[in-house]
Amino acid sequence: MLRFLARRSLGAIVIILLISAITFLLFFALPSEPALMSCGKNCTPDAIAVINKNLGLDQPVPVQYWHYMTGIFVGRDFTVGHCPAPCFGYSFSNQQPVWGTIVDRFPTTLSITLGGAAVFLFVGVGIGMIAAAFRGTWIDKFFSSLSLVGNALQIYFVGVIALAVLVSGLHWMDNPAYYPITQNPGKWFMGMLIPWLVLSIIFIANYSRMTRSQMIEQLGEDHVRTARAKGLSRRAVFFRYAWRGALAPIVTIFGIDLGSLFGGAIITEFTFSLHGLGRLAVSSVSETDLPTLMAVMLVGCTAIVVANIVVDAAYAVIDPRVRLA
Amino acid sequence: MTTSEGAFLSVRDLFVRFDTEDGVVKAVDGLGFELERGRTLGIVGESGSGKSVTNLAVLGLHDPRHTEIRGEILLDGQELTGAPESVLEKLRGNKMAMIFQDSLTALSPYYTVGRQIAEPYRKHTGATRREARQRAVEMLDKVGIPNAALRVDDYPHQFSGGMRQRAMIAMALVCDPELLIADEPTTALDVTVQAQILDLLKELQQQTGSAIILITHDLGVVAHTVDELLVMYAGRAVERGTVREVLSEPRHPYTWGLLGSMPLLDSDVEEPLVPIPGTPPSLLNPPPGCPFHPRCAHVAEVGGDRCRTERPELPPGRGAACHLPAARQRTAFPQQTKPRPA
Ligand SMILES: Nc1ncnc2c1ncn2[C@@H]1O[C@H](COP(=O)(O)OP(=O)(O)O)[C@@H](O)[C@H]1O
Ligand code: SF4
Ligand SMILES: [Mg+2]
Repeated sequence: MLRFLARRSLGAIVIILLISAITFLLFFALPSEPALMSCGKNCTPDAIAVINKNLGLDQPVPVQYWHYMTGIFVGRDFTVGHCPAPCFGYSFSNQQPVWGTIVDRFPTTLSITLGGAAVFLFVGVGIGMIAAAFRGTWIDKFFSSLSLVGNALQIYFVGVIALAVLVSGLHWMDNPAYYPITQNPGKWFMGMLIPWLVLSIIFIANYSRMTRSQMIEQLGEDHVRTARAKGLSRRAVFFRYAWRGALAPIVTIFGIDLGSLFGGAIITEFTFSLHGLGRLAVSSVSETDLPTLMAVMLVGCTAIVVANIVVDAAYAVIDPRVRLA
Repeated sequence: MTTSEGAFLSVRDLFVRFDTEDGVVKAVDGLGFELERGRTLGIVGESGSGKSVTNLAVLGLHDPRHTEIRGEILLDGQELTGAPESVLEKLRGNKMAMIFQDSLTALSPYYTVGRQIAEPYRKHTGATRREARQRAVEMLDKVGIPNAALRVDDYPHQFSGGMRQRAMIAMALVCDPELLIADEPTTALDVTVQAQILDLLKELQQQTGSAIILITHDLGVVAHTVDELLVMYAGRAVERGTVREVLSEPRHPYTWGLLGSMPLLDSDVEEPLVPIPGTPPSLLNPPPGCPFHPRCAHVAEVGGDRCRTERPELPPGRGAACHLPAARQRTAFPQQTKPRPA
């Protein structure tokens, strides 16, 4: 297990470095002039040169990259003062330390993503198990038709309807917003509930269908029959043997879906005007704000890579054949 | 509930039918046999003849939604057909147990061997976790797993095929069942391991006095291991007798075909193997009369249309379900391929 984690972490670092370098290079391939952003109306070439010098943009690209990356670990000194580690520079557009903005935005995205995943795993897998247990009955057919509908839905569409019905129409809830969980967990929960439901709805359909078919396949396996032959009840066999066997493929698919999960979280941010990393990424591109863009990329990539390692580790824990191989 | 009348296990007029998309599969069609404690019954027949279906019916493991079961299955005088799940659950793994063919797929890859052995013991005896684990070690030791106290925490994939099959035997025997059904327990194993597993079964039977049903399509396995033999074809019993009787004086043309098509463990004569021509009939639409008639070379000898129209009955005791005259049944099997049972 330790060797597995070490190997995976090393690979993760290489990937993160590669993506950050590509981001950096792409930025300089763009024809934009970041200095124009902070230069204002009466801009002269001299003023631009001063700004570029202040921002460090007059130096060769690899040197800039080096300064940026080392700054994260040891901090950096700018003309305006010292930027302590982890230093992701100052934003080109609002001149604030980027790290502060990230710390501000990250919990929103994390809440949406983790909460949404929890909801769709719980509900989707739960529905799938119920459908498998009642295979062929009206319960099963009811959920099958629901999943057909769910599959056709889009986050943006569901989001708008949810707002219109739950917030504007019935006044059951307030507009979604992020409140720090550390200050008021209840408010945090209520503020995130609609985004979670909306983000999870497209996944629920998939996961219930997949869980159902995995459970049915497992229930036909030899080891399930052996368990019945030992005198275990249907219920014990269902949960102990069939469910255990269905778990591994579900975790595998979840690992594959991580990318679309983060993508979905970004769309959810936009749908509900939540201030998360997704919006920050888009605005940093349109404002040619290199330090912010880099920071979002690094944090985002790290999150995805870490999530992938966690999923793989979970898989290894679930399947002893992988664990000991 | 229990009566002393009748055999320990008595199956009478058993019908098992599956409802499938293609129609009704008549997998077992009027089967009967009896088995006493301490005895071993061999059931042989080509693949698809209904051996597994019969024995799964004894344990009540068919899915009731798609299966129709009729007839009598009396275990120690207790009727099992139509018995409620709660009753069957108390018997399965306890009074009657089963060993399956492929130990790799028949054991769950997710739980340790020890846990899978301990599980029925805890369930049926109410033992604590620790007692059940101790029992699992004891059972592994009994079936010949070296270092049982260590190997008890291994997962099935860490065992070799032969060891897994031993573990499965340990699992089946953990509650000292009075009826043990072994469904092709050695098919997946190489010959030396096969012999070891069969010896183990015999040895354990001598200690516990349990009744054993050994299902196989390999007559070589049968010769040394079983007392009585039941030959199945298309869901019916076509011949019955002691193993010596059936192997040395087979009476049914299908049994002749089986013996002619299989090498026997101890046959020192190198005989050419002659496969039975044709294939087993569709159980969706079995042929009328004798189910073997489309493949039988003796239809003309019987004369008339009897083989095609009239179903031959298996007489009680020693005998064959065939219209050939008894004298002809006894002499027809070619002497040169006659095996020499031990
Ligand atoms: N659950 C089932 N549904 C439909 N047909 C089945 C089912 N189980 C077994 N059968 C059919 O019943 C026949 C007998 O099968 P089986 O008892 O497994 O044969 P074998 O003698 O090789 O053990 C086969 O034709 C098989 O296809
Ligand atoms: S009854 Fe007729 S067809 Fe059937 S085995 Fe005997 S001779 Fe052959
Ligand atoms: Mg079989």
